[in-house]
Amino acid sequence: MYGKGLRPLSIATVAALVAALSLVFFYAPLDADQGFIQKIFYLHVPLAITALVGFVVGGVFAIAHLRSGNSKWDAYSYVSIHMSVIFGVAVLVTGSIWAKASWGHWWVWDEPTLVSFLIVFLMYATYYPFRYAIEDRERQGRYASVFAIVAGAFVPLNFMAVRMAQSLVHPRTFGTANGGLPGSMMLTFLVCLLAIGLLWVTLVKFELTAKSASGQVKRLRRALDAPAPGGRSRVAPEVS
Amino acid sequence: MTPSRAAFAAILAKDLRAELRTLQSLPAMALFAVTTFVIFRFGLDRTQLSGSLAAGVLWATLLFAAILGINRLFVAEREEGGFDAIRLAPIDRSALFAAKATALVAYLVAVELVVVPVFALFFLDSAAPLPPLALVLLLADLGLAATGTLISSMAVNSRARDLLTPLVLLPLVVPLSIAATGALEPLLAVGGPGYHRFGTWLAVLGLYDLIFLLVGYAVFDFLLED
Amino acid sequence: MTEPAVAVAGLRRDYDERPALGGVDVSLRQGESLLVVGPNGAGKTTLLRILATLLRPSSGEVRVLGAQLPAEAWKVRGRIGLLGHEPLLYRDLSGRENLRFQARLHGLRGEAAEARISELLAAVEMDRRADDRVTELSAGMRQRLAVCRCVLHEPELLLLDEPDSNLDASGRALAGELIGSRSDRTRVLVSHDPERYRREADRTLELGPGGRVAAA
Repeated sequence: MYGKGLRPLSIATVAALVAALSLVFFYAPLDADQGFIQKIFYLHVPLAITALVGFVVGGVFAIAHLRSGNSKWDAYSYVSIHMSVIFGVAVLVTGSIWAKASWGHWWVWDEPTLVSFLIVFLMYATYYPFRYAIEDRERQGRYASVFAIVAGAFVPLNFMAVRMAQSLVHPRTFGTANGGLPGSMMLTFLVCLLAIGLLWVTLVKFELTAKSASGQVKRLRRALDAPAPGGRSRVAPEVS
Repeated sequence: MTPSRAAFAAILAKDLRAELRTLQSLPAMALFAVTTFVIFRFGLDRTQLSGSLAAGVLWATLLFAAILGINRLFVAEREEGGFDAIRLAPIDRSALFAAKATALVAYLVAVELVVVPVFALFFLDSAAPLPPLALVLLLADLGLAATGTLISSMAVNSRARDLLTPLVLLPLVVPLSIAATGALEPLLAVGGPGYHRFGTWLAVLGLYDLIFLLVGYAVFDFLLED
Repeated sequence: MTEPAVAVAGLRRDYDERPALGGVDVSLRQGESLLVVGPNGAGKTTLLRILATLLRPSSGEVRVLGAQLPAEAWKVRGRIGLLGHEPLLYRDLSGRENLRFQARLHGLRGEAAEARISELLAAVEMDRRADDRVTELSAGMRQRLAVCRCVLHEPELLLLDEPDSNLDASGRALAGELIGSRSDRTRVLVSHDPERYRREADRTLELGPGGRVAAA
């Protein structure tokens, strides 16, 4: 049921990634200050934006889950957050590389967006131990949704607070880069953003499909093994 | 349905009565904080603190002491079937959130009434910053109470509950901590209390409090379902 | 034709996809009492907790005192009294304080509430120990307090899960006045000792492991 559309989506993603990489390596101009390593920006920022949007999307799914009680929204929420945390690791790694290129250190506290992202990542990293510590399955889903909503509210507050804390320090943010982004860089950036976004959606869909399939297998197995009450065998309704 | 104010008052009174009678959390929190000050005195090798160092030591200590109390907030409900008692009652369950958060604010204020003067005694050279400091801490306590109540109510129903609360709560209160220490730092400056960006930081604290009090109130009903 | 006090059709409850209750059908008129029997793990307590609005059914229809559960649970919470496995008493408060808390949660206050509390405490002969902390009381005394708690707000429907546990003979007799068959309320009673109650019950529901077996 979930597998529908996975193939065209994957193809589109691969195409977009190829296009993006081509633009990065062959089209985008070389940065005067930082040289080749600056190109990691085309990976780092789209990853960050995608991860953050993914967290927000996870929160929206969580609201749908609480309001409808349908556990499929819980699965969507979980996978969205899960994928965004993984992308988050990539954000921090590429951010570190960029920091080394820009400031000469593998980590800097000067960059408020990077620092904010670290905190957001730490927040969502607690999602797993939190979720798995709750034993009752339905309660686990509900609590996880509350977590996703609370964490979603936390993200903008966090960015605001970190930015305020560091406004005294000379900020070397994407702003200075973005403000004067020439057309060729902007085009490359947008294509990369599209490609990374598509990658996120494809991977999420992939994981949902895999989960749904393994869930169905488990249910069938249980239905076949369990003694049927009153002679009827009960196959559970298809749910994510 | 019993009006929310009555339910709120009943639960709050019950909690305060139980705590005053057993004094399970309050003395422990205060003692923990004072001992932590001593550890900082030696760890930092300082007998006087000011500015950002003072703000950091004070806030970090209060935060960790608060977590001790937050861990115990719902223990009676969990162990003595109190959740059932409240869930059976014809009340709006968000009243439980409001009552517990209020009780937590009361505990934090009570602890601070002891701990902050001790801090001043140990590390400051004047009591002048204390009044505005109290205001900052009160706003910070509200935010801590909202998030602490929310997280604790979920953690109490899990395995490793004492571990889960600080794990999830600490990142969550980073913005609160930034704003609190941001306001405290100039207050504890060497030359006397300064108010650099005081209003701004208070506004951030207020915003944090408002958002999480609202979120907590809104989702609490879902937390008590089964 | 008055609505039945309890109407259950096709009730199922699953825990992690394993059935705890499967396909229960039962209905009860006002004033009647239902005895629920069965071995451990048959789902008796689960059934009671669903009727008490503490658990949601996984599927099926449940109507209690005219309200559809779980959607309309809020309508009936004040009219049901549950006596479960836990006495639901806060250890560091006294019996009287616990009952007062219960009263407040149900919107009862003032002198009327105090009078009712004292009346109930006297009825179970706990008036002398009413101001001792629950932690100092024996299991039997806590059970007596739990009986008071359960009828304090004069519920129309009583849900009793092994109400005699921990009670001595005199405790059972006193409790019987409040929650027994003479009390005239609609009752659903779960017991491991069916013979004691079979005579009084209007109906019996027998649950087997994971499902219903027979109703009489």
